[in-house]
Amino acid sequence: MRTEDNLPDSNGHFGIYGGRFVSETLMAPILELDRAYSELREDAAFQAELADELRDYVGRPTPIYEAKRLSRETGGARIFLKREDLTHTGAHKINNTIGQGLLARHMGKQRIIAETGAGQHGVATATVAARLGLECVIYMGAEDMRRQAMNVYRMRLLGAEVRAVEAGSRTLKDAMNEAMRDWVTNVADTFYVIGTVAGPHPYPLLVRDFQAVLGREARGQIQDKLCRLPDALVACVGGGSNAMGLFYPFLDDEQVAMVGVEAGGYGLATGHHAAPLTGGTPGILHGSRSYLMQDDHGQILATHSISAGLDYPGVGPEHSHLKDLGRVAYETVDDDEALAAFKQLTATEGILPALESSHAVAAGMRLARTLDPEQAVLVNLSGRGDKDIHTVAETEELS
Amino acid sequence: MNRIDTTFARLRREGRKGLVTFLTAGDPVPEQTVPLLHTLVASGVDVLELGVPFTDPLADGPVIQRASERALAHDVSLEDVLEMVRAFRADDPHTPVVLMGYANPVERMGPAPFAERAAEVGVDGLLTVDMPPEEAAEWTRPLPGAGVAPIMLVAPTTAEERLAKTVELAEGFIYYVSMTGVTGGGGLDVASVQEHVEPIRARTDLPVAVGFGVRDADSAAAVAEAADAVVVGSALIRTVEAHVEHADAGALREALAAQVADLRRGVDRHQTASN
Repeated sequence: MRTEDNLPDSNGHFGIYGGRFVSETLMAPILELDRAYSELREDAAFQAELADELRDYVGRPTPIYEAKRLSRETGGARIFLKREDLTHTGAHKINNTIGQGLLARHMGKQRIIAETGAGQHGVATATVAARLGLECVIYMGAEDMRRQAMNVYRMRLLGAEVRAVEAGSRTLKDAMNEAMRDWVTNVADTFYVIGTVAGPHPYPLLVRDFQAVLGREARGQIQDKLCRLPDALVACVGGGSNAMGLFYPFLDDEQVAMVGVEAGGYGLATGHHAAPLTGGTPGILHGSRSYLMQDDHGQILATHSISAGLDYPGVGPEHSHLKDLGRVAYETVDDDEALAAFKQLTATEGILPALESSHAVAAGMRLARTLDPEQAVLVNLSGRGDKDIHTVAETEELS
Repeated sequence: MNRIDTTFARLRREGRKGLVTFLTAGDPVPEQTVPLLHTLVASGVDVLELGVPFTDPLADGPVIQRASERALAHDVSLEDVLEMVRAFRADDPHTPVVLMGYANPVERMGPAPFAERAAEVGVDGLLTVDMPPEEAAEWTRPLPGAGVAPIMLVAPTTAEERLAKTVELAEGFIYYVSMTGVTGGGGLDVASVQEHVEPIRARTDLPVAVGFGVRDADSAAAVAEAADAVVVGSALIRTVEAHVEHADAGALREALAAQVADLRRGVDRHQTASN
């Protein structure tokens, strides 16, 4: 049996990472969710319902596209893009929210809450709430609401209440704190839709399961194109859900290299970044043990990334495990390099990548340059960049 | 014998209920913490809970979060908190001190080094909000060996089978969280507290302290009916917060002393009533 098939264990541990580090009040809903998901995970009717939603509502499968002009400009290996930007709502986040939305309905929860950074997860959650007729509250850092005003408007149109979080750094981490507080206060009727492979068990497991659809598709599609597996996979890592979804079905293919790309912000050396795997240490935050950006006293550090979706001091526990195993290489791309990749992909292929995904595109180009033309790099284009046009335009004015 | 056990044994002998108060270490400024702790004891507090400030206090409401932020503005670390306890101990060898906070600062120091240092400076217990019994077994193991009691939480949502695990790990006292929600919330339901404390008592002889939602003498008196001790946190921090801008240490001490004396009268109503 494959090593990864056994993980996480029944308490949600990936080696020393993961687990359930939450207040006592939250243990009951977490265990209830664990029981419900354990049943539905094996339930053919639920899986068929999910598959229908993914096909007819989300728009799966998404294509794999060979970015020939970008590959030519870059030099080196062929670059392929997994087009999660073409899903309904424009990002991979919907794969997970549709799954958790169905789960909430099966559990009889009428109210769903979520946190969001760039707004992709918030929009995807609000969309599913509208689709399933559930009450929806989205927590968002006040700073992120400023950066992502259009997505705030979208969520409100979808019928969600967007609550501004003024505490702390007013970004994703603080929104997650507030969502957990809401959950602990309303445990009886509320389902917390976590947007990434982080949080207490079973979230890292179930979000991985819901996102692995993109990796399974990609595995088949790229084999159809190449008659073999790709040489490398590249995906951005904030919390790490799109990367986990892509990597998971390839973990035992030893010939496939994997690169997780964290937000280097102003540069790793400046300390102003959002790269816990590259520049952090293990600790406990938001319900699990994982790599964190923290100081010597265990206080969580402020992060910076041009991409609100990557601006998070923690990361999913399975990534921490994969880093320690050496199975995935984690590296960083800074703000400037991500912006350059955004512009280059837009200009050469007519595809606007989300700023999150631009980090992966930049790292994919970097890697391609070191490889031969017959080699292939598969980059997960986790979302579309329409939401980030304002941010990109702002940096133009400054330069 | 641990100071917590001694204190609860004394209270039991006297037929009284305990008053436990929470302050965040370093709030409003680090220099005031030790004098404030002495003020609390002089005004009738039996057990001191001292909050270790943390950047992301998820289980707390905005009042305690702001207290953490004020302390962190002065860079108050877990090591600083331990030194505050050492300083407090120099003048008070008897009153139990329980550190309360989140797992990560202790994780960063390492549970074993923490236990050793905590015992050395005179800490009597550790309550970690985000450390349920499933994860705590390994983590809290060094504590009892060093003489530091692992204080465990029970919530209204805690299922019967998990209660067994919790009381197995716990020492000192059981902290019963009187409501679902964060600290400083409203909606205390005394009947519900009574109902939930019973199964705890059926499983352990440890005293049960009840917190969340106690804000004045009346609510303290009501909770004291069901509990061995009443915990008050956010209500005191509101008083601290009201004095932040004036930075008048004397006025803050006086205000806290009056508030605690009032809470004490509330808690002691139980004794008066039963005599």
